[in-house]
Amino acid sequence: MEFIICILAGILFATGIYNILQKQMLRIILGTGLISHGAHLFILTMGKLKRGQPPILTEGVSRYTDPLPQALILTSIVISFGITSLILVLSFRTAKENQTDNMDQLRGTEHE
Amino acid sequence: MFYAIILPVLLAVLVPFLAKLKARIHTGILVLWAPLLIFIYFARKIGKQFQPSDQHISWIPSLGINLDFHLDGLSLLFVLLISGIGTLVVLYSIFYLSRSEQLGHFYVYLLMFMTAMLGVVLSDNVFVLYTFWELTSISSFLLIGYWHHNERSRYGALKSMLITVFGGLSMLGGLLMLTVLSGTASIQGMIAKADVILASPYMPLVLVFILLGAFTKSAQFPFHIWLPDAMEAPTPVSSYLHSATMVKAGIYLIARFSPVFSQYDWFVITVSVVGTITLCWGSYMAVRQTDLKTILAFSTISQLGMIMAMLGFGTKLAVFAAVFHILNHATFKGSLFMITGAVDHEAGTRDMRKLGGLVAFMPFTAALALFGTFAMAGIPLPFLNGFYSKELFFDSVIHLENSSNAILNTVVMLLPYAVVAGSIFTFVYSMYYFFGVFFGKNKTDALSKTPHEAPLGMLIAPFILVAGIILIGLFPNSVNGSLLEHAAAAVLGTAPSHNIDIHFWHNFSQAFIMTMIVAVAGTILAATRARWTDVYQLLPGRLSFNRVYDWLLERLQIVSRRVTHIYMTGSVRHYMLIILGATLLGTFLVMFTTGGVHIRFNDLAPVSLLEVIIVVMMVIAAVATLFAKNNLTAILILGVVGFGTAMLFVIYRAPDLALTQLVIETITVAIFLLTFYHLPKLRKREDTKREKTINLIISVGFGAMMTLVGIFSFSSESFAKISDYFIETSHSIGGGNNIVNVILVDMRGFDTLFEITVLGIAALAVFALIKFNRDKGAR
Repeated sequence: MEFIICILAGILFATGIYNILQKQMLRIILGTGLISHGAHLFILTMGKLKRGQPPILTEGVSRYTDPLPQALILTSIVISFGITSLILVLSFRTAKENQTDNMDQLRGTEHE
Repeated sequence: MFYAIILPVLLAVLVPFLAKLKARIHTGILVLWAPLLIFIYFARKIGKQFQPSDQHISWIPSLGINLDFHLDGLSLLFVLLISGIGTLVVLYSIFYLSRSEQLGHFYVYLLMFMTAMLGVVLSDNVFVLYTFWELTSISSFLLIGYWHHNERSRYGALKSMLITVFGGLSMLGGLLMLTVLSGTASIQGMIAKADVILASPYMPLVLVFILLGAFTKSAQFPFHIWLPDAMEAPTPVSSYLHSATMVKAGIYLIARFSPVFSQYDWFVITVSVVGTITLCWGSYMAVRQTDLKTILAFSTISQLGMIMAMLGFGTKLAVFAAVFHILNHATFKGSLFMITGAVDHEAGTRDMRKLGGLVAFMPFTAALALFGTFAMAGIPLPFLNGFYSKELFFDSVIHLENSSNAILNTVVMLLPYAVVAGSIFTFVYSMYYFFGVFFGKNKTDALSKTPHEAPLGMLIAPFILVAGIILIGLFPNSVNGSLLEHAAAAVLGTAPSHNIDIHFWHNFSQAFIMTMIVAVAGTILAATRARWTDVYQLLPGRLSFNRVYDWLLERLQIVSRRVTHIYMTGSVRHYMLIILGATLLGTFLVMFTTGGVHIRFNDLAPVSLLEVIIVVMMVIAAVATLFAKNNLTAILILGVVGFGTAMLFVIYRAPDLALTQLVIETITVAIFLLTFYHLPKLRKREDTKREKTINLIISVGFGAMMTLVGIFSFSSESFAKISDYFIETSHSIGGGNNIVNVILVDMRGFDTLFEITVLGIAALAVFALIKFNRDKGAR
């Protein structure tokens, strides 16, 4: 199963990056979202899947799943939420000020 | 010792306040005591019974970097020059710089330099030495650019900085290699392990690096070009940094490492040859100059070359002559710079073509200049110190021994001729300087002001130096046993021994004959100088190294601008492609070259139908984002991926993650939908076929890379898991049963704190972006 999740993470990365390489802002935001999902699954897989009980100490249970990746991912989920909302508003504001959401048109005058 | 080094820089901190008083008292008077005190402190150590001493102060012991200081004969000689000439230069500057100048800046830089230079010659740790070394380059840069409104000053400052810092960096490379080879960062330690260093196959590289540092700093051919341009600095600075002390740092470095390298033939050959070429080239170039300070600059280059060559010979006699000449050069060149400053100050120009017959107006200055120039020329008179060291130099050239190395033998054979040729030019420019300025046709009518004798205060400093010339000339053996022998012993790496007596008259030795050839030929050439001017202009003509420097600098700017334009396109897509492509290449390269490929199928979790369905659903959704044609579809598809992840978290026994993911995903979709109305409409993808192919390659490649990294690292267990620690101690340390929560709020509490900070900042930024209007400012 771990390998299947690795492949899933890879596909999420691939589609996310393909979206990031586009010129429209909304697609770039979608791309970052996909990449963060891919990264979370990737980290989770590194701690092995479905071995033992959920990491909550209970009488009589000796095997727990690896708690460390979960702690890392928990932090990451929240941070990526912060980032998504920030770039969402940032791109909204940028598009409104510049009348375009095309990254090529936002390059600045010296390159045109 | 340590306090003596930092005293100037501590005083420099106070200088800005002292400079506020400059209307009442010249800042120079207030700082004069510092170098004088250091001079007296170290001068008390002079004597036959002098013993090297050490001081150790821990600084960064974990890296082997400590403030280790070592005072031996060589260091003592330099320390006395630095503090002694420093005192005189500060004294001189009081009369040279008017109070309308930015005195605060000047003395801050000068004191900073003093600390740096003392640090260079006293450090035993190579890294500390390097730090002080670069500090001298920086203070030199600041002092050359002191009159920064002047374009030539800025050019000269930058040039000296670029060349000396280039050399400094390469020296650092050499020092690092020496540290690695010998296993110690202490210079004395390296000397003790000289045989280990010499046996190393990296020895040629070490030599090149160290020599580059020394040659650039000491203005050796072809790196000498920065020194003439450094003459834009105020004259006290030229006298101090660019003739007496800083330019001798390279010589100091060679002398310091002589005990390590002197058995290495290529060291002897390179240093001797470069030194001799510099001697000849510098004196030849000096003859054709018309600016007094430029003449002295080329003269300094030539004298430095001479000292360098002697250190290269490495014989007992040559090394002794070298340390002797270091002292002598400081006296006569220092005084000549100060005299030049006085002439410039009183006559309003340093141009030889406009000067002449000044002896009638400045008799006392002329008298001082007589001693300075004649000592520089090496005229055989018993009260000129320059003659003694010069004759010792000739003597050492003749007495070089033949060795087994054929190249070395050729060099030894040719050296006497080159040395005599260089010395003839030295004679010519010395005479040209003295007679050109003070005798000859009186041209004072054309000057902007009527020249008169310099103020007494301005002549005190050169007078003391000239007194030094005469005293050393009359009693050469007074400095011999007490100072020079100890210095020579430190360079040779032996115990001090008294076996060289300095005499005015030996007999009709070869050295004396060489001196006479130089004097006669020099007199003839100097007397008929006017006829030779065209000959002097022949070389270098268009072959000047300045042109090489300017060309290199210009090309460097053009090329770097071009290179920068290649990748700084302003397009986010290009930047992403470069970053991702490089990561991709690097990872695959490392993965396959270091044998990171492992696959094991034996330790996997079982596959269940539910998981497969979720995974397939997520894959379809992820791919579908690429084809979404309107906002709503795209947002909902992204939601599918997010909720799919949450479901996987449930299956993989991560209840906290599943809960958080569900909440966050819901909020995210809600936010997307809230901004839905305002967001620009999603259009069809509008990339060309070529862009499509590149995007596809990079994204598929990156996805494949992540998959492979995941599979390979899962299959190879290089070290034990650390999470057992958290499971065991969650209750006993953290007092909680939910291990993930304990990790977050307790064991990695700071991570969580900063995470909250990040969210807070993001929230503030979101608020600002929505609320604030660019035109009206804050509402």
